[in-house]
Amino acid sequence: MKKLIILLSSVVLLASFVLSGDGDKIPSAVVKKLDGSKVNTSTFSNNGKPIIISFWATWCKPCKKELDAIAEDYDTWVKETGVKLIAISIDDARSSGKVVTDVKTKGWAYDVYIDENQDFKRAMNVNNVPFTFIVDGNGKIVYSHNSYSEGDEEKLYEAVKKIASGEKAAH
Amino acid sequence: MQVSFLKSSAATFFFLFILNAFNSVAQTASEELNSVHGNFQIDAQYYNEDSLIGAPKVPEKMLSNAFGNIMYNKGKFSAGIRYEAYNNVMQGFNPSYKGQGIVNRFARYQDKLLDVTVGNIYDQFGMGLMFRTYYEPGLLYDNSLDGVRVISNPRNGITLKGLVGKQRSFFTVGQGIVRGVDGEVNINELFDSALVNMKTKIIIGGSFVSKNQTDNDPKLLQPENVGCYGGRLTVINGGFNFSGEYAYKMNDPSFDNGYSYKFGEALFISSSYATKGFSFLLQGKRIDNMSFRSDRDANIQNLLINYLPATTKQHTYLMPAYYPYATQINGEIGGMAEMQFKIPKDTWLGGKYGTEITLNYSHASDLKRKPFNDSLAERFFYSTAWDQIGRNFYHDFFVDISKKINKRWKFTAMYCNQFYDKALAAQITSTKLTGNIESHIGVLDITYKYKTGSAIRLETQGLFTKQDKGDWATAMIEWTPSSHWFVAVLDQYNYGNSVEKLRLHYFLASAGYTKDAHRISISYGKQRAGVFCVGGVCRNVPASNGLAISITSTF
Repeated sequence: MKKLIILLSSVVLLASFVLSGDGDKIPSAVVKKLDGSKVNTSTFSNNGKPIIISFWATWCKPCKKELDAIAEDYDTWVKETGVKLIAISIDDARSSGKVVTDVKTKGWAYDVYIDENQDFKRAMNVNNVPFTFIVDGNGKIVYSHNSYSEGDEEKLYEAVKKIASGEKAAH
Repeated sequence: MQVSFLKSSAATFFFLFILNAFNSVAQTASEELNSVHGNFQIDAQYYNEDSLIGAPKVPEKMLSNAFGNIMYNKGKFSAGIRYEAYNNVMQGFNPSYKGQGIVNRFARYQDKLLDVTVGNIYDQFGMGLMFRTYYEPGLLYDNSLDGVRVISNPRNGITLKGLVGKQRSFFTVGQGIVRGVDGEVNINELFDSALVNMKTKIIIGGSFVSKNQTDNDPKLLQPENVGCYGGRLTVINGGFNFSGEYAYKMNDPSFDNGYSYKFGEALFISSSYATKGFSFLLQGKRIDNMSFRSDRDANIQNLLINYLPATTKQHTYLMPAYYPYATQINGEIGGMAEMQFKIPKDTWLGGKYGTEITLNYSHASDLKRKPFNDSLAERFFYSTAWDQIGRNFYHDFFVDISKKINKRWKFTAMYCNQFYDKALAAQITSTKLTGNIESHIGVLDITYKYKTGSAIRLETQGLFTKQDKGDWATAMIEWTPSSHWFVAVLDQYNYGNSVEKLRLHYFLASAGYTKDAHRISISYGKQRAGVFCVGGVCRNVPASNGLAISITSTF
């Protein structure tokens, strides 16, 4: 019983972080661009427009489905809201060579980075991929979502539009 | 155990409480960036004994794994802890994970010139052939370095790293000390004015890693310091990519290599050409005696200092992943070739959305070894040659076609042919195999989106082999009525088993709910070991029969 009380109170305390933690800046981690150069994630910016950060892997089928679905309408999204999608691959050395071939074959127009030892994934507390965040024009993380099911991209875009127009995104 | 659990849970509780109070105060008092974040995951399972599928009796009835990370950031400073609890650890994981406690804590100061971390460190040098510390909760793999790390960028294009510490081993650290240095130069950034816009990008790097462990062996004279060094090169020009890394390890008699005094070496090369709609990837590697651990008597996944990536495809469908390949750290030679193309949309074959086709072949073989002893016949060696190849370990050929037909329908079809050596299976699964396995595998995955945000997915798979457990048929229906919910039913039927009473159905029902970054799922039924992807997430799951629940959350 004692165990349970402690566990439950811990959960309540953890939950209170959820309320206080909303709206934080992108933490600092070093990721690799496809040209091999290193970039600190805290420098990600999009001239006051929103950014979608999407964690994926070449071996993750739902991740690729999501990015494919967004790719169909990405031009419109960019035109309407100025949003930029940053795709963070968590592939390690086994499959990180496949990131560039997958991205180019599919013709994705995203900014793609490789988080080879998952430093950024840990800094963002991502459990599983796919995992999607939206960062608002002030560089604050205002939306997060785990997993992908058909049609999620439309909900994501609804949130992007709200954030781009300065509203608070309803999850 | 009971008392220590209460103590450590109470300690965690107070830690959370203080952090929380601190966070609220800090948020109101200061405008400076200041945040607390974290995530947690709880997995619990109630087990039924099932001798037919090999699920043993679990005396505790219910087992659970749980962890929680909390991170604090303020400007250039960050810190974090991770608490883990195994009461007791779930089936399929190492039983040395027993009990609970804070197993990871770090503090870090990051500046452009200097970046210092104390505590548990995850890092890798190059591809990791010499050094990689890594955390994968799904596999309970954690070889973090508990020590100190300094990273410096003395000028643009140059990164220097140095680190020293001991590695995590369950709830303690291993015996050996690990220290390493690494340097990387981005040639284009170094000579910024002249080369930054040059089309060809060149990056070179080199590492030295050494471990120290006392020699307590009464008979053998074992090296107390073992060094490992190597270099790497990346060249990128337009669509061409080349990356290579070579590592050499000094003599390092260990449990893995039968206490041989032979040196070790590893080479990994990955090259590719990619353009819009077409790509070609070619990878090759040779590994010879490259087990590198901070305790010479450690085995399985414990206390590994380096990472030796496999050059085979990591399958996510159940049947192609049924006989999974793992790198043979004592020696192997292999490679992979992959061609991908996308038939453009609005063509006869491409249809309205285009058609994607992947062709992939990978192969791995043993090395040929010639054993010999030194003149005093005290030390054991063996030799290998780069042009000599031993017996086949594995091959995998597959072709995969993915197509979206219209707004409602899309499908993936796959054919796969695999060869699998039983010696590999002995290392990574508990199944007793009677010979090499040759299999043909087919997969058809169809998604029907019947309205916005609602879909039904049908996955059918077959694995056909005359060896091991014979033929399998698999079917799964997954229903996602909205983006919050999913319900799935899976049946794997081993209809071709040569033993009639083992022609079993592995029936599994699961359901889940996702909201934002929080997710809960339950499943009931029989599960085989393997990478399991359902409801949009992939996880590694051990074999079992029972009721399982999983909760994950990020905040």
